[in-house]
Amino acid sequence: MKRLLLPWLGFALVLLAAPLVFPQSAALSLLSQMGTMVLLCLSYNMLLGEGGMLSFGHAVYSGLGAFGAIHLMNRMAEGALAFPMTLVPLAGGLTGALCGVLLGYLTTRRAGTTFAMITLGLVELVSACVLMFPEVFGGEGGISGNRVIGEPVLGISYGPQIQVYYLIAGWLLVCAIAIWALRATPLGRILNAVRDNPERAAFIGYDPQRVRYLALILSAFFAGVSGGLSAINFEIVSAEYVGALRSGAILLFTFIGGSAYFYGPIVGGVVGVLFSSWLSAYTQAWQFYLGAFFILIVMTAPGGLASLIDQGWRILRSGAFDTRMAVRAIAWLAAALPVLAGLVLATEMAYQASLGSLAEAPLRWWGWTVDVHAPLPWMTALLLMSGGVAALWCWRGQGGRS
Amino acid sequence: MEFALITFLNGLGYGFLLFLLSSGLTLIYSMMGVPNFAHASFYMLGAYVAYAIAGVLGFWPALLIAPLVVGVAGALVEHYGLRIVHRYGHVPELLFTFGLSYLVVELVQLVWGRAPVPYRIPPALDGTLFTLYTTAFPVYRGFMLLVAALMLLALWLLLRHTRIGLVIQAALTHPQMVEALGHNVPRVFMLVFGGGCALAALAGVIGGNAFVTEPGMAAAVGSIIFVVVVVGGLGSLAGAFITSLLIGMMQTFAVALDVSLASLGLSVAPDSALAPLLRLTLAQVAPVLPYLLLVVMLIVRPKGLMGQREG
Repeated sequence: MKRLLLPWLGFALVLLAAPLVFPQSAALSLLSQMGTMVLLCLSYNMLLGEGGMLSFGHAVYSGLGAFGAIHLMNRMAEGALAFPMTLVPLAGGLTGALCGVLLGYLTTRRAGTTFAMITLGLVELVSACVLMFPEVFGGEGGISGNRVIGEPVLGISYGPQIQVYYLIAGWLLVCAIAIWALRATPLGRILNAVRDNPERAAFIGYDPQRVRYLALILSAFFAGVSGGLSAINFEIVSAEYVGALRSGAILLFTFIGGSAYFYGPIVGGVVGVLFSSWLSAYTQAWQFYLGAFFILIVMTAPGGLASLIDQGWRILRSGAFDTRMAVRAIAWLAAALPVLAGLVLATEMAYQASLGSLAEAPLRWWGWTVDVHAPLPWMTALLLMSGGVAALWCWRGQGGRS
Repeated sequence: MEFALITFLNGLGYGFLLFLLSSGLTLIYSMMGVPNFAHASFYMLGAYVAYAIAGVLGFWPALLIAPLVVGVAGALVEHYGLRIVHRYGHVPELLFTFGLSYLVVELVQLVWGRAPVPYRIPPALDGTLFTLYTTAFPVYRGFMLLVAALMLLALWLLLRHTRIGLVIQAALTHPQMVEALGHNVPRVFMLVFGGGCALAALAGVIGGNAFVTEPGMAAAVGSIIFVVVVVGGLGSLAGAFITSLLIGMMQTFAVALDVSLASLGLSVAPDSALAPLLRLTLAQVAPVLPYLLLVVMLIVRPKGLMGQREG
């Protein structure tokens, strides 16, 4: 029981303490985004990790859920409907689940690669339809709403961002526990069986198609909750919420985090938002870094970041971590950092050069202005990279001999 | 009559272009067992590389060199990327190509910028081929048709009537047996991957200047060729051919026709929920049609038009 309760208490504590550690308003909005993205990735992993269903259209459910939530908020603002704001994400979830009932019936008829391709077609279909009916979805501009409606309840008006953060954190905690608990139910177990061997699951009397369908509806529900939360957070929902790009981002983040572990999507969602919202404030090239990082993960650690964490934890616990290993790890870092620095320098300069006169300001690092047309910075980048790669080569050679 | 003929020819051109793309995708799909998400990226690379070469050497060398360059790039990706990921299983393999498509878009933006590049039709092919009644049919459309048709004929001859084609076909279905007979199957796969990418690049070279060469062109065509492959039947070249033509025709005719349900005489109260649906014109619906076809096909016949197996 203690083993079970402790991680959840820790998670709740982190959620509770995060805005106290990072009280700035920019950090707070970043944390709110992380919360919704983590929930979205968790719901996606019900398909990818638990059910082996590689979906390219998960944003459809969260996006349509967000549209449902914002319409409800607007009806509430008109006074046509009395509904507590705290429960608006539930409406988003129900909208998402309803869409899951409709669309999932088509997609879950197949598994494997065909499923992936159908979801790809479906996401295009839905996002084109969303643009086709501006009366319902607001066209290119989207639909905006207002989260402060009526009198504050218990002093909570959801005006300040901190209250929205705690709303997101609360929903995230509840949903995460629900998703985790679903894994242990017979449905969760059979879903794993269907993932590993659909034929044998069918032989013991479960229809794999039906199991996938149910899993998809549940996953769409949690995705819709996440969509409802982001509708409250941003107070605007636009067509790109259901688009293929956002679906791709969910997939990327979940895989980077590690789909085989329950906490993988949590790591992935946090890292993903760091890339897309935090890094993008500093550099134009963030999508390049994200893509490169993703490929690096796929090629070297297909289990994702969570598998690296898991391995590290195992080594620490087994007591095999001695000074020799520590020295090797530090040596690796010392070799890898120049490679990274050289790569970043070269990428930044390349982006700066490609922007040409469009660039707002010259490239500046710690007071050092980089002239992208001079040979010296490029030589520095090349030297850093080649030196680092040579050092990594040596590091590997050393490991092989001992 | 005039409208139908011209639209038919345009649709044929678009369909052939789609097949240049989807034939490579289908071959690679049969080989790897997973779709190559970066396939449309190679199409885009073809257009950009041709633009770069055409600026130095002119269009005709570019027509030859650009597909070769991109084909070699594709072969390198297979050798140094996919082959390594292959041992982790299908999903990482698929995701590798997915990540690659992200990177290629970024790289293209890095080198050529975010705005469309002025990749133009060569002056020799600028002009009117013939005039049907009152509508002019451009030379370049005819040229596109010719190149695509010749390439497809060559592909068919290669696969059906040469020794290497025989080995490729065998390697797609029975790789272990072919390996046992002493053929280097990994090299065959590399060749097929590179060849498929070169075909996609060729489509880019001749399509890039007919349409627009911009960083969004891969995404625009990427999901449509998946529709072609799935609807045609996974791994079936003939199915992909029929579907390419079908979708090419469907899209061109739909874009050209300006009818809506309301214009056909159907009417409801203007404030009812169905009113926006009736006001939609066929031209507005055109981008959705391929995906609609996909969904209908999966309900009626899940293995596709000419598919042998279910995925």
